[in-house]
Amino acid sequence: MILRLLLQLALAAPVARAPRPVVVASKPFAESYLLTEMFAQLLESRGISVERRPGLGATEILFGALRTNAIDVYPEYTGTGLVAILHDTASRQNTFDHVSRRFMALYGIRWLPPLGFENTYAIAVRRETAARYRLATLTDLARASPQLSAGFTADFVGRPDGLAGLSRTYGMRFRAVHPLSPALKYQALASGAVDVVDGYSTDGLLARYDLVTLVDDKGFFPPYDAAAIVSRRLATERPDAIAALTLLSGRLDVTRMRALNRRVEVDHEDVATVARDALGDILGSASIMRGNVSERRAVPYARIAALAARHLWLVALALSAAILVALPLGLVLERARAVAEPVIGALGVLQTIPSIALLAFMIPLFGVGVVPALVALWLYALYPIARATYTGVRDADPEAVEAAEALGVTPAQRLMWVRLPLAAPVIMSGVRTSAVITVGAATLAAFIGAGGLGEPIVEGLALADTRLILSGAIPAAMLALLVDGVLVLVERRLRPRHLRNSRGQSR
Amino acid sequence: MAAHAGVSYVPVLIPLSARNVTLRFGATTALADVSVDAPAGAAVAIVGESGAGKTTLLRCFNRMVQPDGGEVRVGDVDVRTQDPIALRRRLGYAQQNGGLLPHWTAAQNVGLVLRAMGRPDPAAVADALSLVGLPVETFGSRYPRELSGGQRQRVALARALAAKPDAILLDEPFGALDAITRAELGDAFARVRRQLAVTTLFVTHDLGEAARLADTIVVMRAGRVEQHGTIAQLRDAPATPYVRELVARALAQVESLGGPAR
Repeated sequence: MILRLLLQLALAAPVARAPRPVVVASKPFAESYLLTEMFAQLLESRGISVERRPGLGATEILFGALRTNAIDVYPEYTGTGLVAILHDTASRQNTFDHVSRRFMALYGIRWLPPLGFENTYAIAVRRETAARYRLATLTDLARASPQLSAGFTADFVGRPDGLAGLSRTYGMRFRAVHPLSPALKYQALASGAVDVVDGYSTDGLLARYDLVTLVDDKGFFPPYDAAAIVSRRLATERPDAIAALTLLSGRLDVTRMRALNRRVEVDHEDVATVARDALGDILGSASIMRGNVSERRAVPYARIAALAARHLWLVALALSAAILVALPLGLVLERARAVAEPVIGALGVLQTIPSIALLAFMIPLFGVGVVPALVALWLYALYPIARATYTGVRDADPEAVEAAEALGVTPAQRLMWVRLPLAAPVIMSGVRTSAVITVGAATLAAFIGAGGLGEPIVEGLALADTRLILSGAIPAAMLALLVDGVLVLVERRLRPRHLRNSRGQSR
Repeated sequence: MAAHAGVSYVPVLIPLSARNVTLRFGATTALADVSVDAPAGAAVAIVGESGAGKTTLLRCFNRMVQPDGGEVRVGDVDVRTQDPIALRRRLGYAQQNGGLLPHWTAAQNVGLVLRAMGRPDPAAVADALSLVGLPVETFGSRYPRELSGGQRQRVALARALAAKPDAILLDEPFGALDAITRAELGDAFARVRRQLAVTTLFVTHDLGEAARLADTIVVMRAGRVEQHGTIAQLRDAPATPYVRELVARALAQVESLGGPAR
């Protein structure tokens, strides 16, 4: 595929072609971040180079990436593997053995021995709600459910071991069910906007907001033992990495995990610091570099600048590639007007695909990282430029164009001398639209590990940390204004001279 | 106006002719068996109402329109055997409203054909501009929107002449102008004709203008030629009632102004 080749050429500089580092990824919530950071530091302490993809995506995305060896390891839970991936709602005995055998047989993906704690779904309510409706178990909750509104994560609403199965098993019928982002659900519950949320039993925030978790008295939720699962590539090619990761097996009990989560979620401590401390405690400080005194998470300006530069680089590449394709495309379509509207319309339909969905489509095709993000951004940027080029050139002063033709000016000369210069302001407005869209969409590139200012946003959403979110969102907004401002200057330079300033004589 | 006294070139005098040309656009007949001759060095006007097929006929000569039947010859050679680009560069062309490139100055516009041929020639541009009464020093650097309607038409005429064409085709070159500007432009055109006896085919809806500027007049109506002759022939021996009425109306207009009848 030519496109892919071009992209790889474009990326050749920043992406080193050395022996591939081990790619560690996480789901977008605090515990997953923390475990992944621990995996990463552990590997690095053994001299193994690592690429981090924190908060890469939900189960389907991570599992898809692991199957295609786009990532190498991430923390997973046996119950999730059983229900969400194997679609098996029956097996309850020896879940770990069953799941790990099926994964190896079906996908060649290996489960390392469990880390030692279980993190099951915890259906939580406010203490006063529990008291008012006398709620202790999920059976109690089912009885009171018509009076209660629930806020569940999209993941929980969508998966068979989530809301659907829960409602069927207990006969729950909530007054309303609102899909909530993981970052917001506890705040929504504490503020009374919803009465019930799905949490994880190891969440540090359960304690902070004084919540009551209800007992799964019918045993609906399967065991959710946490473990590292590794790609076929890693299992076959990197025994050193497997050996290092196995050091954590059985070393993290529920108490320790909850304490660690609390430091990240409640105290807003830096994930890397907490991970370093945990590894030091578990494996002995000799093997791990100890951090300094732990601090509140903050994003240093240097990192924001680096992220902004990365962001700009993504935008510049995607936008240049879009101009290179969409501008000639607009010109070709102007010559083939019969197909112009359908083709441009099809590009327009791409705009309606939510960015997250488009990024998810990219993973099976291009894996994770910069390439799929660039392809997605490029697809978004095509439409405004192609549309503007087509209409701009089509509508450029027809009398002047025809007179030139009648005087023996060749089609190529007409294009370069007449049609393109006259269409330039329209084309530039399309480019500006694309640029601003791309700056915005590029924040989502962080979801598939392409970096940029979306990184603190994704991280902040996962860790329910508004400061982190803003430290990405504000520079991104400023970048959009800056890019637009620069393009205004470019537009002025390209504006046909007769339109720049009228001397207004001899009128 | 002495500036353009010595300026001119000696055109290769070529004849233009159309033989039994027909053209249909779907159900409507644009041109029905049209034959017209413009001998080398002559100025021929095509006169008629809008929709008569004047412009369509004109555009057959530079292959902007391809007839369904008949033969169009430029310089005694069938245009179908000539490369359209090369043909158009030999035939100067100006249209109603000028069709100037709005982002190019007057001088750049006049130099368009020379530049397209890969041999830009500022001296030829200056000559062509002074020929139409617009000194390049004053008007060369102006953009079309900085010129009056009449000046724009003069620039268009200069553009048609700058590459020293063998013949020129003018499509309502003085249309859409007020009467005085029109008359001035007609004078300028007459001056150009005196200096350059280049074969000229021009379209107008004004019989009076045709009478002043052309050697012979082709009267067209509904895609057909009603008559082709000098103004004297049209007046004294009109071939059809339509021609008779056309001449009568033009004369009445002149008389109503209290001017001398011919």
